[in-house]
Amino acid sequence: MADVTVGIVVFPGSNCDHDTEYAVASFPGTRPVMLWHNDHDLKGCDAVILPGGFSYGDYLRCGSIARFSPIMREVIDFAGKERPVLGICNGFQVLVECGLLEGALIRNAGRKFVSRQTTISVVNNRTIFTDKYAAGDVLRVPVAHGEGNYYASPETIESLEANGQVVFRYTDAAGNATEEANFNGSMNNIAGIVNRQGNVLGLMPHPERASEELLGSSDGRRVFESLFAHLAGA
Amino acid sequence: MAFKAKIKVTLRPSILDVQGKAAQHALENLGYSSVESIRIGKYMEVTIGEESRADAERVCREICQKLLSNPIMEDFSFELEPVN
Repeated sequence: MADVTVGIVVFPGSNCDHDTEYAVASFPGTRPVMLWHNDHDLKGCDAVILPGGFSYGDYLRCGSIARFSPIMREVIDFAGKERPVLGICNGFQVLVECGLLEGALIRNAGRKFVSRQTTISVVNNRTIFTDKYAAGDVLRVPVAHGEGNYYASPETIESLEANGQVVFRYTDAAGNATEEANFNGSMNNIAGIVNRQGNVLGLMPHPERASEELLGSSDGRRVFESLFAHLAGA
Repeated sequence: MAFKAKIKVTLRPSILDVQGKAAQHALENLGYSSVESIRIGKYMEVTIGEESRADAERVCREICQKLLSNPIMEDFSFELEPVN
């Protein structure tokens, strides 16, 4: 069987591209392919990951310049064909800026850049990115961001909740969506959402940094496992 | 012919402005108790080479909507003045 190929977009200022490459490569039968922001070609990849970092120095707004890079035209087209796109941290910011996901990511309510281990809960495990988890699973996955405070209009929040588009929430270790667990002030403790079709996921925590025990947690691994199993079966 | 656009991009009133809050607290500590609130935004100067004011205004509105502001969280306003 041919390898599953996963494109990882490299913007100027991306800094989790190689962590993501490493995590992807650790799955047998899966091959990471780096995609340069100036390219117009997804090189036949089966899925695309927008990694974390500070694309274009976070100038203007996080992700706002990256969304107009040549490769993003291809990514938007790819997503429109219901092919899988995963945005992690800055990748999530790019996805909301280009409108593939709803809402916006604004400055953390506590003003500080937060870089630490967090706990999140799987709210919806019926997505191609989460079906190797059980609903309610509590994961230890690190975050590192200054602008991860998820904001959307009350109507949008209501429809995200009603359609099961909220995939991850910041919770305590017992799975309760408390105010203390919601360190960045996100509406409804939202840590990650999918689009209506279910093929585009954005999340602020870094599953690639929780992909083996040596890193302190391997709880993020099943995000990739779910996606790759889906691709191998597709 | 060109026009200079003076563009202001501000966070929408419903959005918490943590930067403004921090500056306000700092002023409180300096003794400025009458400062009730601060909202911090962005100011941009853009030179637009168009022959007519109407065209410059159209371009300016477009770039504000497309790139310079995010309508989910920001509002924009601008003034145009001719430059030689």
